[in-house]
Parts: sequence; structure tokens; C-alpha cells
Amino acid sequence: MSDAGMSPSRRTLLRGLAGAAGISVAGGLLSACSSSGSGSGTPSSGSSTGSSGSSGTVGGTVSFGSNYSDPGVKAAFASLCTAATAATGAQIKINTVDHNTFQQDITAYLQGTPDDLFTWFAGYRMQYFAAQGLALPIDDVWAKIGGNFNSAAKQLSTGLDGHQYLVPIYNYPWVVFYNKSQFAAKGYTVPTTWDQFIALAKKMKSDGIIPFAFADKDGWPALGTFDILNMRINGYDYHIKLMKHEIPWTDPGVTQVFQHWAELMPYMQTGANGRIWQDAAKTLEAKQAGMLYQGTNQVAQQYVTDKANLADLDFFVYPEINPSYAQDYMDAPTDGFMISKKAKNVDAAKAILEYIGTGAAEADFLKTDQWDVGLAQGLSAPTYDAIQKKSVVEIGKCKAVAQFMDRDSDPAMATAMIAIIQKFIDDPSTGNIATLQKSAEAQAKTIYTS
Amino acid sequence: MSSATDTQVPAAAPAKARRRRGLRRLSGRDRVVVALLLGIPLLLDLAFVWFPALATVFLSFTKWNGVGGLHTKTCLPNVPSILNNGCLYGIQNYHQAVTIYPEFWPAVRHNLIWLAVFVLFATPLGMLFAVLIDRGIKGSRMYQSILFLPVMLSLALIGIIWEFMYSQNLGLINTVIGRNGNSNAIDWLGNPHLNLWAVLVEATWRQAGYVMVLYLAGLKAVDPTLREAAVVDGANAWQTFWRVVFPVMRPINVVIMVVTVIESLRAFDLVYITNKGINGLELLSVLVTSNIVGETQRVGFGSALGVVLLVISLVPICIFLFQTFRRESREGPS
Repeated sequence: MSDAGMSPSRRTLLRGLAGAAGISVAGGLLSACSSSGSGSGTPSSGSSTGSSGSSGTVGGTVSFGSNYSDPGVKAAFASLCTAATAATGAQIKINTVDHNTFQQDITAYLQGTPDDLFTWFAGYRMQYFAAQGLALPIDDVWAKIGGNFNSAAKQLSTGLDGHQYLVPIYNYPWVVFYNKSQFAAKGYTVPTTWDQFIALAKKMKSDGIIPFAFADKDGWPALGTFDILNMRINGYDYHIKLMKHEIPWTDPGVTQVFQHWAELMPYMQTGANGRIWQDAAKTLEAKQAGMLYQGTNQVAQQYVTDKANLADLDFFVYPEINPSYAQDYMDAPTDGFMISKKAKNVDAAKAILEYIGTGAAEADFLKTDQWDVGLAQGLSAPTYDAIQKKSVVEIGKCKAVAQFMDRDSDPAMATAMIAIIQKFIDDPSTGNIATLQKSAEAQAKTIYTS
Repeated sequence: MSSATDTQVPAAAPAKARRRRGLRRLSGRDRVVVALLLGIPLLLDLAFVWFPALATVFLSFTKWNGVGGLHTKTCLPNVPSILNNGCLYGIQNYHQAVTIYPEFWPAVRHNLIWLAVFVLFATPLGMLFAVLIDRGIKGSRMYQSILFLPVMLSLALIGIIWEFMYSQNLGLINTVIGRNGNSNAIDWLGNPHLNLWAVLVEATWRQAGYVMVLYLAGLKAVDPTLREAAVVDGANAWQTFWRVVFPVMRPINVVIMVVTVIESLRAFDLVYITNKGINGLELLSVLVTSNIVGETQRVGFGSALGVVLLVISLVPICIFLFQTFRRESREGPS
């Protein structure tokens, strides 16, 4: 293992792919790798001063490619960078690119003339780019900040070769949102089981309310519904195996997921494929809709942007379907920062990441951000609102958190599933479910194994 | 066919001889100028047209995610795709496209529908506008400006403008017809049975103006004495147009046919702005882009789709060239 740990041979990659099936399994496997990896670094001397060797503080300008293009999160990111400059002495030049464009261009961007640091996502999506040598391993940074994070956060930052590539900053749960005042006025209660969930939806419909606001014009929001149904019905391990295509898409477990979803369809806002999620959130704000399943990063932020009544917003975790998994899992995607392989000012970039990987930096970021929750252990964020406080509690209760379908699977497969789920929304009949499963499996075969 | 070539040979031979004599008469300096004037465009043509085209054909037989280099080894079966990069893939990309890629056949169909709507609807509409304006109806300048306005806007902007018309909950059309509620709104851009037609209305809105301008130019160039002669002979407006004016405009008709075919095959902006070309708006150009420009690049697969688009666009181009050259050879060298 020690010799394999130095260079990512095919065998370690394969083992990494297999190991990534479950966090608990992967943790055991990959911790051996990472210990050998960090042993080769210089944990004590400190990279920021050690390799440059000239002065005590880092200098120069670090360019930071950012996809934090929405106004709220852009302001939070700007304040984080100001604080990082103050802490490290390195100037930061932020290059903000529209969120979706940034993702579209990422491969060309990282191979061209990328910024030193860039914003990205944890999980398979990080591992995919790290495995192709487009990111710089930052084991030496983790040697310093490792104590600030739990093992799950470290795991999410670890590539298939066992080295760390990402410093996480926050995550946010995917949950069912509702307006407290509406539930109180109509006498609705928070459902905890599937039957109660359906009964509530029925009641709302008879009251003239759309039970579930729903939008999928951008393709990705509905992937979350698949994730949660799959984790509630088949559990986390099954879900992750399916994402890695270790379970075929034609499996009866997947059929069950679509069948449950089909049961919900009559209560979901129609025309979802033509609606952006912001408009769905607006129907919730206007209380035309009763519930919306989406991330706090989107819904709470939209409430803040629209100056809607954030205090009235509340959420509950997705109800239990299969008692053996109860409410043990959820999607809670993690965002963070990486150094590109072609970075020019590596020392300063690492110094900035070391700063960002502290509770103080996260708390600073979260002063402006009223929807995400920080990942550093023992983080005290006095600015947390009710949504954020509840997010911390609910994520803490989970036995495992998934990252979202387009972060847990090969991006090409996520793209294929976007088309398939839109076709399901158009026609959720049993016959169509079988056709779509076959199509998903045929595409998965070419994407993962040929 | 043989008689055509027979007549062509004696006519072409002296011309060739004359050209060769002419080249010998050139001074050294003239030859350098000729070499530069021909060579630079030729080099640019090779570098920016032929090389990318042939490279695309080559890439379509490989599997490559755009990272690192290509090599000449064959792709290994049953190995995770992340390890199977830059290898030779045979015709697998084409095979996958026509068998298991769900977007492929809808895209081909939509491209053909797009072409049909442009040929059968947008072009005649533009022609009608041009004829009406050319007859000098009242306020024709104003109509001309209004109809030409969309041509000056980029297609991306047109897509955004029409979003305001089509938007489900807040759009103009649904508001006017009273179907903007949450339960009975018409999902113009999300319903895969409707959105292609909705987008084609946007495209026609622009294309008709474009065709109108081209036809107006053609109509202005028609010799007025022809019309006067037709009127004197007792032809009505309908007969004058179809029997006299339309045949005279043959060159402009050919140009418009070519423009129509090109515009419909390169259609991209509108559907991409509307919903990234998914869910009912698949077009080959979008599939090429989404595979080559996406977060994970499937360069080989995208190239294969590009080659398919190339082959389809070669059909009208070949017909056009065949027609043009046949006419030239019939007319003989002047």
C-alpha cells in the first residue's frame, strides 16, 4: 500500500472507486493511504514559509476563481476574502463567473490558465477532477487544519488516491420547507411517515393549496427528490452503490423509488419542466403552495433575496418510508475550495486555505450567509438564524449524508438522469418507468464500464 | 450527360492553354503577389476549416474526456471510463448515438422539423411581407422597420424577450388568455409537445424579417419595364408576380434557399437560451455542445454527433453546388 500510495496506479484508483461505495468502508481503506501520503509531506515545518524560505509572511496576489455569483453569497465570499487577506498578508483577486457557466467550463478552465484557487464541490465531483491531475494535493494544509474537522468532512475532501484536495467551508441540508403561519392557520401537522405525508398533501389539495411547489427547468432540482426517496426506501449504501453503478438502474429498488414518486405526482405543481426553482419558491412564499423540497441554500437564500418573511419559514426532514432506515440520511451537499495544478502562487494559496479551514473564518463567512451551516468543529456562529440552527441539529442526527446526485456520480450520468427524470415528470406511468430504467442502465453501462 | 462533357472539353481546352500562357507571362514579383494572395487564404482555409473538420472526424473514433493527450491504444472493455481516456474507440460512438443515446433521434427529427418550418412557413411569410411592402401600401416604411427589428437582435436576446411572453405564471400570453394560474397554466416552454413549436414561432418571427429584406432587395432590382409590359399584356397582380417577377429573381431565390437551410441547421441559440436544449428542444448542434463543452467532456462522442451534423448539412450543400455547376457548364465559359 505504501508504494501504491505515492503514485495513483490503476489498482489504487480501482480500489478507491470501489471503496468510495460507503464512507465507513472507504474511511478504513483510505486512511492508510492518507497517512502514508501526509508522511511524505512536511507537517511540522509549514509549507507557507518553508518552501519560499524568504520571509515569515506570504505575499503577492492570489487569484481566486469563484462561482459564488448570486448577490447574497457573493457578498459573503467577498468578506471571507477580505478576512483572509488580513490574516495572511496575501492579496486576493476574485474572478467571479456565473455559477452554471463556471461548471460548464470547468475542464477547459482547469487546463487553460486557471486561477490559483477555485470554488468547487466535495465528493465524487472533486475526485473526478483530482484523479485527472487538475488539482493540487493539499495534504500539508490538512496536516494543520485537520483537527478542525470531523472524519466525515475529511473524507469528503479526500481524492481517490487518498490525498486531500479540498478545504470545505459549509454544507446545507435538503429538506421539506413550509410556512409556519400557514400550517398554524390551517391546522396542519408535520408528517413523519409516508401515509401522513400523503394524507397532508390530500388535505392541502382539497383546501385549494398546491401541496408541493415543484420546478425542474434547470434539470437538477428534481434529482434531489430521487435521492431522498432512494435513501428513505433503500438506504444510504444502496444509494451510493447505485450512484457508482454497482447496482443496475433496472433494479426493483429503483422501480420502487419511481413508484413512490408517481404516487406524489398528482400533488405536485404541474408544468415543472418549464419552471425555474426560484418561481417555485415564490409560490411557497405567496402561500399558494404548502411545501417545497429543496436545499436551504436555495430556499432560505431566496426568502432573504425577496425580502420575504424568513422568520415564517420552517422545515421538516423528509418523512420515513422504510422503517429500517427511518430518517437516518439526507442530502447535505458540501462546498469548498481547491488549488489548481497550474497555480502560480502556491504558497500563498495554501496559506489562504489554512485560514479558511478555521472556525473563525467560517464564522466570518456565515455573518452574511443566512442559509448555510459551517463545517468546522466547535464552530460558534452567533449569527445563526432558526433555519441554520435547525440545520446543524438535523445534519448531526444523520448516520450519513449524501452529496446530491450530480456530486455523487459521474457527471455524464447525472446529465443522463436529468433527461430521464424530466421524461418521468412528463409521464409517470408504470410503462414509462420501465422504459426509463432500461434507458438509464444502457447509458450507465457506457459511462461507467466501457 | 456524355454530350454535356463532350461540348465542354473543346471549350475548356483553349481556356486552359490561355491561362497557362498567361502565367508564364507574369514577372517574378507578380508571381509572389499571386502566391501570397492565393496562399494566405488557402492556409487560413486549411487551418480553420479543413483541419478542424478532419480532426473532428478523427476524434469521433476515439474516447476522450478532454484531459491529457490522445494515444493509439484501443479502449479496454469493462474498465471504468476514468481510466479509459484518449483511446481508439472504433465506431462505438456512432453505435451508442443511434442505439442508446435517447436524445439523438429526437434531435434529428427536430432539426428536420426546423428546416421544414423555415422552408414552408418562414420563407413564404417573408416573401409575402416583401411583396406587400414593395407594392407601397400605406405606412410601408413603418412596417418594414417593425418587421426588420428582430433581425437586428441577437437570437439570445430574442429568446429572453419571448420568455416574457411564454412564462407560465407571469407571461403575457397566459395572462391575456386567462390561463396563468398555478393549476391550469399552459406550460409553453416546459411541455415537450409544445415547446418546439413555441420556439419555432420565435425563430420564424426573426427569419421572416430576414427573408423579407433579402426579397425586398431582389424586388427593387427587378426591371420595372417588365412589370409594365406584363400590365400592358393584361396580366393581373398574381400572374405578374408568379410568371414574370418570381422567375427573374432566380438568383435571390437560390440565396434565400441556402440561407434558410444554413439557418435551420445551425439553430442553437434560441433553444439553448430557453432550456439548454433539453426536454423537447433537442437539436444536433446542442447535443454537440453539451457533450463537448459540459462539465465532463465526452469529446469523442460529441465529435461523432458533429460528424452526423456535417453529413446532414453536406446534402443541401451538394445539391446547391451541383445545381450551380450544372448551370455554369450548360452556359459554358464566358
